[in-house]
Amino acid sequence: MSIERQEIEKLATLSRIAINESTITEVSQRLSSVLGLVDQLQAVNTEGVDAMSHPMQATQRLREDEVTELNQREALQATAPETEDGLFLVPKVIE
Amino acid sequence: MHNLTIAELIKGLQSKEFTSVELTQHFLDRIDSLNPAYNAVITVTAEQALKAAAAADQRLAAGDAPDLCGVPILHKDIFCTDGVRTSCGSKMLDNFIPPYNATVVENFEQAGAVVLGKTNMDEFAMGSSNETSFYGPVKNPWATDSVPGGSSGGSAAAVAARLAPGATATDTGGSIRQPAALCGVSGIKPTYGRVSRWGMIAFASSLDQGGPMARTAEDCALLLNCMASYDDKDSTCIDREVPDYTADLNSSVKGLRIGVPKEYFSEGLHAGTEQAVRAALAKLEEQGAELVEISLPNSALSVPAYYVIAPAEASANLSRFDGSRYGYRCEDPKDLQDMYCRSRAEGFGEEVQRRILIGTYCLSAGYYDAYYGKSQQVRQLIQQDFVSAFEKVDLIMGPTCPSPAFKFGSKGDDPVAMYLEDIYTIATNLAGLPGMSIPCGMVEDKPVGLQIIGNYFDEALILNAAHQYQQITEWHDLAPAGVAS
Repeated sequence: MSIERQEIEKLATLSRIAINESTITEVSQRLSSVLGLVDQLQAVNTEGVDAMSHPMQATQRLREDEVTELNQREALQATAPETEDGLFLVPKVIE
Repeated sequence: MHNLTIAELIKGLQSKEFTSVELTQHFLDRIDSLNPAYNAVITVTAEQALKAAAAADQRLAAGDAPDLCGVPILHKDIFCTDGVRTSCGSKMLDNFIPPYNATVVENFEQAGAVVLGKTNMDEFAMGSSNETSFYGPVKNPWATDSVPGGSSGGSAAAVAARLAPGATATDTGGSIRQPAALCGVSGIKPTYGRVSRWGMIAFASSLDQGGPMARTAEDCALLLNCMASYDDKDSTCIDREVPDYTADLNSSVKGLRIGVPKEYFSEGLHAGTEQAVRAALAKLEEQGAELVEISLPNSALSVPAYYVIAPAEASANLSRFDGSRYGYRCEDPKDLQDMYCRSRAEGFGEEVQRRILIGTYCLSAGYYDAYYGKSQQVRQLIQQDFVSAFEKVDLIMGPTCPSPAFKFGSKGDDPVAMYLEDIYTIATNLAGLPGMSIPCGMVEDKPVGLQIIGNYFDEALILNAAHQYQQITEWHDLAPAGVAS
């Protein structure tokens, strides 16, 4: 199974990863090699087998709907690249 | 002091043979002089360590201190440490200083253990050789031209080089057991849900599990006593009492039924590794254990299933690293998309990017059922293999990995060759079972690991068998050249 250049570009966009034009062929080859490995799964008969999402079939616990966390905005924003007035700053989105 | 086990260090500290400050300084000096050769430790917290050691000495003087009080350890750099950089081996988090402790870190702090620093690792725990770390590869103390294994290669190498008597680690597809095997130390991956994942940077959430590494099984038991806990903050943590893992260490293995899966001794297994593992099994048989040949027919499917599930979950988990709130942000982004795309392209290494792309592919429209859905079904089949096996046996044993430590760069070109390194370890993560690796021989002057897999929550039985094996063998006592003196 091989991945076309177009598909790599689409994946890169979905993944929000800028891909260097010069490496596309290499990335495509390596991804194809991994997909070749995982394609072994297609031959397995899994009819009637339930998908397993947790080894012990645990489900999400529920708790009382009450406030448990303290406000730590300053501590949590201390490592942010850029903040202003308690907000995270990013490049302008709406002109 | 660096040749003593944690059990011996506890005795020494409690009987005041030495203080924690002395012990801590001794290990800090060793890290200073030896670590440059191995690159196992990437952050040293000397000042905090000595302060914690002084506090531990006070607790010890007052009596009634917990077991690990004053014992120096290292944390894998995947566990968040309040005020101390937690990089996960990535440029993306090179500047990240968490404002909180992981539950595991908190547990050790409560017990009075002394944190010497943080260990190197494959970037975001994605790798089996430690070659993907942003901070450069860790070198195997047994052969510095060879890999230490991964992803917890820094923790394994640090314990092997006696830079610390024990370290924390994590295991998503073999990341505790494979480096433990390659570096000749003991390491256990507990049952999924036994150790809290809160504050442990997520790779593949349905597979990730923290566990300890040390030189002996007894030391792993002492560390696991502290590391395992129920935690409300991890929704997949299992609410179940933590037993004293040292309680059964001395039970006899007489009558123990050990399953030996024929699939784990097939093509691709190094002859020397096989010989060492078979000899270890024979030793346990001499002690009265019974060897039973078993089959885990779907074993071969574990690698492909894993390389769908793990990247799929990783692609979702790693979407949080976008340059907005913490971590790396590219220079002069021209707009929001550019900030996302370039921060991630520049902040993530090649293997991490590859797995995100694969994961995104497997989860994308039109492919989800064929890949992710199918893998989750195959996972069920793999679990069923183990469920059937454990109807007939108490433990399963075999090699931890196919061959001893390989040379740097030797599997660099083909990701699939590297992925096959985890062929014997991945199935236990998919099934959520506990597994351990202990040293059981030497091949080409490099250590070989014996893997011990148990049923759910049977960590105590695994540790018991490992401890009994270590009572009659000396592989765990061997030290790389220049390390023991």
